[in-house]
Amino acid sequence: MFTETEIGKRNRWSENGMKIFFLVMTILMIVPLLLIIGYLFYRALPVLSFEFLFTNPKDNMRSGGLWAPFLGTIYLVVVSLLVSAPIGVFAAVYLNEYARENWFTRIVNLAVVNLAGVPSIVHALFGVGAFVLFAGLGESVLAASLTLAIMTLPVIIASTKEALNAVPMSFREACWNLGATRWQTIRRIVLPNSISGILTGVILQVSRAAGETAPIMFTGAVFYKAIAEGDVFAYNVLDQCMALSLHLFTISTQVPDVAEGIPYGTAIVLVGTVLLVNAAAIVLRVYLRTRKRW
Amino acid sequence: MAAKNYNIETENLNLWYGDFQALIDVNVKILAGEITSLIGPSGCGKSTLLRCFNRVNERYGNVTTKGKIQVLGKNIYDADVSLPELRKTVGMVFQRPNPLPISVYENILFGLRIHSPLRSLTRAESDAIVEEALTSVFLWDALKDKLKVRATSLQLEQQQKLCIARLLPLKPQIILMDEPCSALDAKGTLAVEELMSYLAGTYTFLIVTHNMAQARRVSSECIFMFLGELIEHRNTQALFETPHNSKTADYVQMRYA
Repeated sequence: MFTETEIGKRNRWSENGMKIFFLVMTILMIVPLLLIIGYLFYRALPVLSFEFLFTNPKDNMRSGGLWAPFLGTIYLVVVSLLVSAPIGVFAAVYLNEYARENWFTRIVNLAVVNLAGVPSIVHALFGVGAFVLFAGLGESVLAASLTLAIMTLPVIIASTKEALNAVPMSFREACWNLGATRWQTIRRIVLPNSISGILTGVILQVSRAAGETAPIMFTGAVFYKAIAEGDVFAYNVLDQCMALSLHLFTISTQVPDVAEGIPYGTAIVLVGTVLLVNAAAIVLRVYLRTRKRW
Repeated sequence: MAAKNYNIETENLNLWYGDFQALIDVNVKILAGEITSLIGPSGCGKSTLLRCFNRVNERYGNVTTKGKIQVLGKNIYDADVSLPELRKTVGMVFQRPNPLPISVYENILFGLRIHSPLRSLTRAESDAIVEEALTSVFLWDALKDKLKVRATSLQLEQQQKLCIARLLPLKPQIILMDEPCSALDAKGTLAVEELMSYLAGTYTFLIVTHNMAQARRVSSECIFMFLGELIEHRNTQALFETPHNSKTADYVQMRYA
């Protein structure tokens, strides 16, 4: 009774084999990540200090710290998100909650999907044409941020639409049949139930905006610019700025004899900034979830 | 016989989803204060007809309606009809209970809150409204200590009763029900049916159901629909026992034989 057949044996083997295969793939995914971060940390350890973060680069960037590029990256990310997050989220609300399916919305949706796949260097050229030259912003924090915003916008729209779509239709029906307008439905039911998903989508774009080099190097980021150390308002949005991503590229490829740990330290600060923003987003999400009155 | 009082009257009502005609020349009169059931095979337009009466069909996109619908004597396609006001008066209960993902208390008050100025309800008023609404659906004893509980975590039967209770603070006159018991077990079905019988008279009920026995149990009037057309509308007992139309007879007997 109940002894294993030939087929059963083969099935058991393939079952176990595939389980191990998937596990190995998971490990393959994690190991390089840990190795990279571990190695960066190990090499960066000699230079990492408060001073490293809060002093400007010195001696043609062969020593000193990261203050100017660090603050520049923060400016670029914050300004670009101030533009792209509201526009992206509200556009997605329109597309998902108000717009009827017709040729116009089909074109917009198609554009959103395709724009998300445009290489960042193309966005850079668009930024040069539209913001630096046409709008007359010159090479500036504003022009670079707007370029980053254009780059992140389609992804924010797509991820927000997905989050809104995940709210069950039956909630909307319940509201409509009580005489709620679309806006009341959105404000009271749809947004509170999708805000975590929306925030996740927006925050993921922070790391993209912070890490991209191409869109900013022609539109507002410079190799070197000294600013007041420790002053968080040291940049004017109409001036140029330094940025971590471009700084890392410069000191790794353009400047000879840079002190050993500095490129690694720069990479760690870049990764750390992004992780910090992600962590802040998680805290914000937990807070928003507990604040809801149910 | 005294003149009958109708809450809903339609004249040559036609409705299309895109190119597909879902309702064909429907003429119907719904008696005030009675429970009327709508029966017929799936896809025959029962739910569509139901959703015409508070014009919520229009939210689903690509719907064309022609003909006249009068609710409480008023043509609901008149220019001066406000949809929120119409939907306050004509409430709807769905197949799957769909309480909102907020507390029991806030579910009951949701309708009132969206129709009144911000913070115009005092605490005492809202407490009284919630108690009254829950009492009328026999939920007060079970839920009075659970008012802060998220409504989506209640049992299905309680959820469905809550969905009915949620309509009451808006003082509706007509309650539309789209297969309100099909997600419930036998006990829940009976409980909701008892509730309807108890509330009939105060409210006019129009209920879509696939359950012949239920139509017979709860409704005094019954409408049989087939492929978008209204085939027969009579007293429930008469419709089941001596159907005039052969399609009605086939449908009723197939389910009963």
